[in-house]
Amino acid sequence: MDTLQHDVLIVGGGGAGLRAAIGVARDHPETSVGVISKVYPMRSHTVSAEGGAAAVVSEADSLEDHAYDTISGSDWLADQDAVEVLVEEAPREMLQLEHWGCPWSREPDGRVAVRPFGGMKLERTWFAADKTGFHLLHTLFQTSLKYNTIARYDEWFVTSLIVADGRCQGVTAIEIRTGEIRSIGAKAVILCTGGGGRVYPFTTNGNIKTGDGMALAYRAGVPLKDMEFVQYHPTGLPGTGILITEAARGEGGILVNKEGRRYLQDYDLGDPLEVHDPNHPQKRTMELGPRDRLSQAFIKERQAGRTFEGPDGDFVNLDIRHLGEDKIDRKIPMVRELAVRYVGIDPVVEPIPVRTVVHYMMGGVDTDTAGATSLPGLFAAGEVACVSVNGANRLGSNSLTEILVFGARAATAAVAHAGETLHTTNGVLEDALRSEQANIDQSLLRSNGGGETVAGIRSDLQSALEEGAGIFRDRATLERTCTTISDLKSRYDKLTLTDTSRTFNTELIAALELGAMLDVGEAIAHSALARTESRGSHQRTDHPERDNDRFLKHSLAHRTEGDPRIDYKPVTITRWPPGERVYGSA
Amino acid sequence: MGVPEKTVFEVYRYLPDSEAEPRFQSYEIGYRDNWVVLDALNHIKASIDPSLSFRWSCRMGVCGSCGMMVNGEPKLTCETFIRDYDTDTVKIEPLIHFPVVRDLVVNMEDFMEKLPTVSPWLIPAEEPGPGEYRQTPAEVAHYKRFSMCINCMLCYSACPVYGLDPSFTGPAVLALAERYNLDSRDDGKGQRAGTVTAHEGIWECTYVGECTQVCPKGVDPAGAIQMLKLSYALDWAKSFVMPKTARS
Amino acid sequence: MTRELERPLPRSWWLRKAAYFQFMMRELTSLAVLAYAALMIWALWAAADTGSYSAFHDFLTSPLSVWLHILVWVLAFFHTGTWIALTPTVLVVWRGDQRLESDVIAAANAFLFLTISGALFWLVLR
Repeated sequence: MDTLQHDVLIVGGGGAGLRAAIGVARDHPETSVGVISKVYPMRSHTVSAEGGAAAVVSEADSLEDHAYDTISGSDWLADQDAVEVLVEEAPREMLQLEHWGCPWSREPDGRVAVRPFGGMKLERTWFAADKTGFHLLHTLFQTSLKYNTIARYDEWFVTSLIVADGRCQGVTAIEIRTGEIRSIGAKAVILCTGGGGRVYPFTTNGNIKTGDGMALAYRAGVPLKDMEFVQYHPTGLPGTGILITEAARGEGGILVNKEGRRYLQDYDLGDPLEVHDPNHPQKRTMELGPRDRLSQAFIKERQAGRTFEGPDGDFVNLDIRHLGEDKIDRKIPMVRELAVRYVGIDPVVEPIPVRTVVHYMMGGVDTDTAGATSLPGLFAAGEVACVSVNGANRLGSNSLTEILVFGARAATAAVAHAGETLHTTNGVLEDALRSEQANIDQSLLRSNGGGETVAGIRSDLQSALEEGAGIFRDRATLERTCTTISDLKSRYDKLTLTDTSRTFNTELIAALELGAMLDVGEAIAHSALARTESRGSHQRTDHPERDNDRFLKHSLAHRTEGDPRIDYKPVTITRWPPGERVYGSA
Repeated sequence: MGVPEKTVFEVYRYLPDSEAEPRFQSYEIGYRDNWVVLDALNHIKASIDPSLSFRWSCRMGVCGSCGMMVNGEPKLTCETFIRDYDTDTVKIEPLIHFPVVRDLVVNMEDFMEKLPTVSPWLIPAEEPGPGEYRQTPAEVAHYKRFSMCINCMLCYSACPVYGLDPSFTGPAVLALAERYNLDSRDDGKGQRAGTVTAHEGIWECTYVGECTQVCPKGVDPAGAIQMLKLSYALDWAKSFVMPKTARS
Repeated sequence: MTRELERPLPRSWWLRKAAYFQFMMRELTSLAVLAYAALMIWALWAAADTGSYSAFHDFLTSPLSVWLHILVWVLAFFHTGTWIALTPTVLVVWRGDQRLESDVIAAANAFLFLTISGALFWLVLR
């Protein structure tokens, strides 16, 4: 059998992964690069992003403003050197995407258009109608096809990182179609596997978002940073959790409770303007406030009995009728399609029912601004990573920017590392393969019936996290959740599969994903328990204030034999000392 | 909301590791009014039969994973509502015209191999300046529709030409070629001619038009192919009548 | 290793779906057009001398020929109709960022067809 080896191996074929691959192939054509993904790249979850990608483009805007918006949006937990990198490299990345053919929406004069977004002082969100992620991903994927030096492993599931001699030397992976396990040597591995929203029961995330890459790094001894910060998007469709983009509010949509009131005005987010006022929607105000504050407002409204009750839970109304059919069809056509199809509402004539829904993980694999982790040879970029640019709460449209900027940076760093590294020896590859094969055969593919099912454990995990690590948290429920997850891990050890076949065994894949989800869940719960303050999207009812003295630092969750060990590292402050997050006035 | 209805799902099974032949397996399940076919499959997998294999991800009609035959028609199962079928039985099979790997999973390598052959990337007319290429909303509109393809391959299942001759390049790939040809920033039409006008390219299409009918995103690949025919035919004619200008 | 299953298309594929059947019928109408072209070639050949032309003329006035002509006329009209209906797909006309509606394009083509046919008809019968 041929040995599989690359200089750089990228795990995940979404926005970050493809950007990294193009970066390697285009700028270092002599470097051997592979992209390995459990799905075909066009299926990566980047495809479902809707609203846009932020980058400073107008005369009236500045990098400082974008940085300040991001840092204040993060409740001062973002590393300011990383944010400076993000805002500075953003315009170049967006422009490059345009040069690669991305169909950005345009002004009448042919220039790229930008729209307002939550928490941003000025319009700077580039958009392709409301299918920005789809167009971005397909542009990247199609551009990557230009480079036939990029080797692709489509529908290969990475099961572990190969760590030897104190560095990451490759991966072991299952070729899903045949069920065969292989080891692939790599001088540098870049994790671009995205987030893990599926650890919660109600999420915008697709099926594939199970935190695989986070678990891979975690098990290899790399800490997961800021895992307690989970973003609930304020506007998901009840029942399915399908995302209704923030762009609907960027274009002027309003949120209204059961009493017909634009309730956000009661939550320190400023005063509402009339919807036909030329200054509506006002930036950093009301519906264009940051996501954490909007989601928290929803919960408070629900507790006060002012939300609508529906068959799929409570909701409020997102009203975009005043935008008019023409504007809706031009700027946010998918919002209309999704509302009509999945809740039977035409938003041109009726308001859309929406509710909070898990959407994004600010936390992830701890990296520096080059995308390097504490394990030599291992890099990470995109939602899987925590640099951190998003801190305690991410602003909408910063994520699509982040995947491009840090996908490119990780590629550069990975190539540099690979240039100074020896290739992986066959001995190491064979050992890793043997051990992983035994691991999987022993743990899952035996058939002695333990009574546990993938779906059962998964559902219990999701419930536990929603209960303990939701929008508002407290010590007692968090402790319960931590205990539950520990029990679930024991139950997982007893899991056996009904399907022990080799060919495209999706029960096996689901079981492996569940293992990753349990690791991610445990990191979230324990990090949340340890942070006895409220900041951004982590709100403790028993510690409701922000505590910069004790907690202006990142959590680091380290895997142990038992519960994770949580320690901390400082936040990098450069130019913006911690201040109050003020929304509503200018 | 209401009490769940009940329906029998007849699902195609193919388990090559243990069975030589495919078969159908029936699952009678209750479903909610707002369920799509994909919800039923997930319910079956979670509660009844974890061995059922199928692809899915976004469940909102944008990733293109979940294409299957539902009562004989190619559909995105995440956009196909069970309540729209008034039959007692809903039959689910893997996308036709593709080899079956397992259960509802088909081998889509043929499509993946064909995709790069039409050079589906921007081949710019001129080097970019310091800013963006200017492109008016009207210019975007010219190609926008053909850029909406989610690669779900329902069109390949609908196309009898592809069914009879798998060497046909096919609707989605050709539509993507037209997406770039019509992009005002692009100048790659000549470079794409080889693959597009080859025997297995546009000229094998006989305009059955079913690809456009089944496309869940309104791409109109049939339209793209006919436009390609006209476009390249005119180029060819021009190359005789006005050889100098045609070369541009 | 895995063994993939091929599911070849049966010969009766075009009978299984209404749209496919209609497609085949549409394609078959071109045979009618072809048949008439053959008739026109016969006419040209027959015009060589009065003997063959009068034989051709006898055929033309026979009841079989009249029925055949009616049939061909119906099929050719259907053929043309489906063709005209498809023209908007290829003849895309933009007004700014809006596409001219299919019906408009099809109607314009139909109008052209009828006008030119009408003119030719008048020319021949005059």
